[in-house]
Amino acid sequence: MLNFLIRRTVFMFIALWAVTLISFFIINLPEGDYVTAYIAQLQATGSMVDAEEADNLRKFYGLDRPLYIQYFKWMNQIFLDQNLGFSFEYNMPVTEVISERLLLTIVLAIACVIFIWVIAIPFGIISAVKQYSVWDYLFTFLGFVGLAIPDFMIALIAMYLFFVWFDFSPGGLFSPEYVGVPWSWGRVKDLIDHIWIPMVVLGTAGTASLMRITRANLLDELSKPYVITARAKGLSEWRLIMKYPVRLALNPAISLTAYILPYLISGSIIVGVVLSLPTVGPMLVKALVAQDMFLAGGIILLIGFMTVVGTFISDLLLLWVDPRIRLESGGS
Amino acid sequence: MVLSSIGKIFSKKSAPSNSADDVNTIDLATQRQLIWRRFKRHRLGFSASIIVLLFYVAVIFADFLSTAPPVDYAAARGYMPPQPIKFFENGHFMSTCEVTGERNMETFLMEFTENCEDTQGVSFFGKGYEYKLWGIIPTNRHILGMKDETKDPNAWIHLFGTDKQGRDVYSRTMHATRVSLTIGLVGVALSIVFGIFVGAISGYYGGLVDSILQRVIEIIRSVPTIPLYMGLSSAFPEDWTINQIYFMITIIISLFAWTDLARVIRGRFLAMKDEDFVTAARLNGAKTMRIVFVHMLPSFYSHIIAQASLSLPLMIVTETSLSFLGLGLRPPAVSYGVLLKDAQNVQSVANMPWLFIPAIAVILVILALNFMGDGIRDAADPYQEV
Amino acid sequence: MVTEKKNKNETLPLLEVRNLHTYFYTADGVVKAVDGVDLDVFPKKTLGIVGESGCGKSITTKSILRLIDRPGKILDGTMNLYDKNHENSQDITKLNNQELKQVRGGRISMIFQEPMTSFSPIHTVGNQITEAIKLHLKYEKNEAMELAEDWLIRVGMSNPKQRLKQYAFELSGGQRQRAMIAMALCTNPDILIADEPTTALDVTTQAQTLDLLNDLQEKNGMSIIMITHDLGVIAELADEVNVMYLGKVVESGTIHQVFKDPKHPYTQALLSSIPSLATGHRERLPILPGTIPHPQARPQGCPFNPRCKDFIDGTCNVEFPKQEQIEDGHLVNCHLYNK
Repeated sequence: MLNFLIRRTVFMFIALWAVTLISFFIINLPEGDYVTAYIAQLQATGSMVDAEEADNLRKFYGLDRPLYIQYFKWMNQIFLDQNLGFSFEYNMPVTEVISERLLLTIVLAIACVIFIWVIAIPFGIISAVKQYSVWDYLFTFLGFVGLAIPDFMIALIAMYLFFVWFDFSPGGLFSPEYVGVPWSWGRVKDLIDHIWIPMVVLGTAGTASLMRITRANLLDELSKPYVITARAKGLSEWRLIMKYPVRLALNPAISLTAYILPYLISGSIIVGVVLSLPTVGPMLVKALVAQDMFLAGGIILLIGFMTVVGTFISDLLLLWVDPRIRLESGGS
Repeated sequence: MVLSSIGKIFSKKSAPSNSADDVNTIDLATQRQLIWRRFKRHRLGFSASIIVLLFYVAVIFADFLSTAPPVDYAAARGYMPPQPIKFFENGHFMSTCEVTGERNMETFLMEFTENCEDTQGVSFFGKGYEYKLWGIIPTNRHILGMKDETKDPNAWIHLFGTDKQGRDVYSRTMHATRVSLTIGLVGVALSIVFGIFVGAISGYYGGLVDSILQRVIEIIRSVPTIPLYMGLSSAFPEDWTINQIYFMITIIISLFAWTDLARVIRGRFLAMKDEDFVTAARLNGAKTMRIVFVHMLPSFYSHIIAQASLSLPLMIVTETSLSFLGLGLRPPAVSYGVLLKDAQNVQSVANMPWLFIPAIAVILVILALNFMGDGIRDAADPYQEV
Repeated sequence: MVTEKKNKNETLPLLEVRNLHTYFYTADGVVKAVDGVDLDVFPKKTLGIVGESGCGKSITTKSILRLIDRPGKILDGTMNLYDKNHENSQDITKLNNQELKQVRGGRISMIFQEPMTSFSPIHTVGNQITEAIKLHLKYEKNEAMELAEDWLIRVGMSNPKQRLKQYAFELSGGQRQRAMIAMALCTNPDILIADEPTTALDVTTQAQTLDLLNDLQEKNGMSIIMITHDLGVIAELADEVNVMYLGKVVESGTIHQVFKDPKHPYTQALLSSIPSLATGHRERLPILPGTIPHPQARPQGCPFNPRCKDFIDGTCNVEFPKQEQIEDGHLVNCHLYNK
C-alpha cells in the first residue's frame, strides 16, 4: 500500500508541475508580452508610453530575462506570494477576480460527480441484473445518446425546451437578488435551487459512460464463480448481488471517475458559456478573446490543478475500497 | 458490447453448421472476410455506417448539393423560414413559391408571405452559381436549380430557411459538413500515426521506456483539454488565413486524442511480444522496425480501425465546441460550430427553429459514427474489455 | 423407469432425482444438457458421477440446487429430498424461493472446482464462512466466528484465527480448498456436492483433500455427490457411481459392480483406457474413436452409437435403450442387455 501511495503522490506532483509548464506556455503564446498589452491598454485610455519607459517596465517585470527565469519568477510569485498576476480587463489582481467563480466551479463539479454516481450506478446495476429486459435497453440507449450528444448541445436543447415549455430562461446559478452578495444560508439554498439544471446537463455524458462501465463490469462479475457460490449458500438474490459483485464492480467505477473529472471540467466551461453560469468557464473564454493572458493562464493553471488533485483523491478512494491494492496482492 | 446485444435482437439466427459429413469440407475465410461478415450481422452498426456514408457523400459533393453559395448574404432575405418544395403544381414536377418579406413594425420581425399562384419550376441538376467540382471541373450544375435560368436559386430555394444575414442554411449545412467531417478525418489520421508510434514503442520495449511513456500519457489525460485547446487557439495571430487556422485546429485536436489509441496498441503489443512468431522473426535477424510494422502491427488493423472510428466523433465534437465558443474556426469559414454559434441565443432558436437544423445534423452524424464504431469494434474483437 | 431404488443395504435414499431434464435455449438452438437423469443419494454414502467434459454432470448437480440460469431451464423431473427418517420429503423442483434458500447451503452444500474464484476477492475468508453460519444456524457474530474457527481446525488449517481475517488471495491453493470445504460444511448439511474439487489441484494436494473429505464424512455422517472425470478419484472415494454420457446416465451401480464388471460399452472403454503399470508388456492404449458430437447434432437413439464397438444398426440408432437391471443395484441402459 505504501508503494502505491508513494507512486501516486509523486506522480501527482509531476502532473502538477506539467500543468504549470503548460499554463506558462499558453500565457506566453500570443505575440507580445505583458508590457505590450499594458501599453496598449494605456494607449487606449490616452496615455502614451515611450520606448525607454517600456524598457524600464520590462526590466522591472523581468521580461527581458530568458524565459526559464521568467518561469521561475512566476512560480515564486504564485506559490510564495499567492499572486497570480494582474487582469487587464477587470483591473484587479487575478485572485480577486476568480475566487468566487472558482469556488462555484468546484461546487458544480462535485455536484456533478454526486449526480453521476447517484444515477449511473443504480441504473447500471439494474441494467446488468435485468439484462435484456426493457429497462436494460432503455437505459443503455438513453445512456448512449447522452454520451454521443455534445454537452453544449444538451445545454442548448435544455434551454430551448425550458423556454418553450415553461417560458423561463434557465441561466446563472443565482436569482437576481443573490448575485454578488456575501454568503448566507439563503444564498446556499438559492444555489441548490438553481444548480440542478447545469448539474444534469453536465452530468449526462459522465452518467452515460459510468452506467455503461458499471453495467459491463457487473455483467462480467455476475457470471463469476463466487456469485454462484454465494447463491449456493442460500443468500437471497439482491443481497448477494449488492454484497459481492457490485462491490467489485465499483472499483472500476471509481477509477473511471478519475478520468471523468477532466471531461467534467472541460464540459463545464462550454456549458457555463451557454447557460451563462458564474463559473470560470465563461470568464476564461472572454479572457482568451481579450488576450488577458494572466487571467487566462491563471484560470488554466487552477483548473489543471483541480483536475489533477481530484484524480489523486479518487486514487485514494480506490485504495480505501479495494483490499487487493492495500495489501499489494499484485492481482488487482 | 452493449450495442451488440441490441443488435442481436435484429440479427437472424444462424443454422448450426457442423454435422458429421461436413468435417472434411472446411470453408476458408480471411480475417477481413470474417470481420466483414460479423459486422454485417450487427444490424445497428451496419445501418449506422450507411448513414455515415451518406454524410461523406455530402462531404465530397458539398458544392453540388448546395443551392446557394454559403457566404452569399442579403439582409432582405434574413430569417426566412424553410421553403418546402411543392410537387405537381402548376404543371411543374417541383416548384417553389415566391416569398416576399416585410418587416412588422411592431415586433420588428420580418414576416414572410407566400405567393403560390406564380410558382417557379425547380429541376434536378439545374443551374446555379458557378463553382469548381473538387476544385478542378468548372460547372454550375447543382442538385436543384431553377428551370427559368434568369431566376437566382439563391432567392427561391431555401430548403432549411435562411439565417440572420440571409444566407441559405441548407447550403451552409452542406459546406459545414464538409469542413467538420474532414477536420475530423485528418485529426484521426494524425492521432493514428502518433498513437501507433508511441503505443508500439511503449509496448514492444516495455520496461523503463514503457513506464515513462505511460506516465506521460497519464499526465496528458489528467489535464482538461478544452481550456488548453482554447488557450492554444486563441493565440493564433489575427492575420492567419482560414486554411492556416483550419490546419492548426486539426493539429491541436489530435494533440490529446492519440492517447487512447496508444494505450490500446500498447496493451496489444505487450501481450503479443512474447509470442513465438515474434521470437522467430527476431531470430531470423529482422530489425525491430520491421518486426513491429510488418509482423505485429497488421494483426490489429481491425482494432486500430475500431478505435479510430470511435475517436472520430470526439474530434468532430471538439471542433464544433471550439468553434461554437468562437475559438476555433471563425467566419467566413463554415463548420457546424460556426453555424451553431448563431443558434446560441434562446430567443432566436425559439422564433427561428430552423437555425437548429445543423444541430440535428451533428447529433445524427455523431450517433451514427458511435454506433458504427461500436459495430466495428464488436466485429473485430468481441472479447475486448470495455 | 426405476421408481424406488434401494441400495444393497436396503436403506432408502436421502435424495431421489427422477427424470431430470435441463435444457438450454441458446440462440443457435436447444442444448439438451441433462436429458432424463435419475440418481439416488444414500445417507452417509458417496455417489460419484463420472463422464467426459460436456456430458452434463455439472449441470445435473447445479440443477439439484436449481442454480440454472437463463438460457437454461429445468423442464421436467422431480427431486425429492427426504428427512432423516425418510418420512417427509420436499420436491426441490417445487420449492418457493424462501424454502429453496433454506435448502441451499443448509441441507445441501456445494463446493466448486476453482477455490480461488469461488471466494470473493474483497471479503475476508472469515466473513464469508460466518455468513453461511449466521444465515442457516442463526448464530450471532461472535459465536459464528468461534464456530468458523472450529471448522478451520477440523479441516486441518494452520493458524485458523489468523486465516479468518485474511483474504482468499493470501492463502495457498490447498488452504483455499480447505476453507471452501469448511464454508460448505459448517452448517452441517446432509449432502455435500463436490464439483470436480480436485481437478485444479496438484496431486499431493489432491490426495490430502480426498483424505480430508473421507475423514469428514466418517465423522459428520454426510452424504457426498462427487463429480469428476478422474476415475482414480472415484475409485478412492465413491461407494456408488453413475456413468454419464451426453446428458444421460448409461450405467449405475456400486463401485465394485461398475469397476469390476462394466456392462456398458462406454464404461468399458473408459476403464480400459486407464494406463496400468501392472501389465508388463507395452501395448497401445485403447482409445475411444470419434469425439463428442455437437450439442445440436446429437445422434438418434442411443447417444453413444456412432462410437460404440458393439453398435447394432437398426436398433441402437433408432431408440434409446430402456434401463435394465443386471443385478441388484447395477443398472445399465444398453440394447445389448435388452431382456
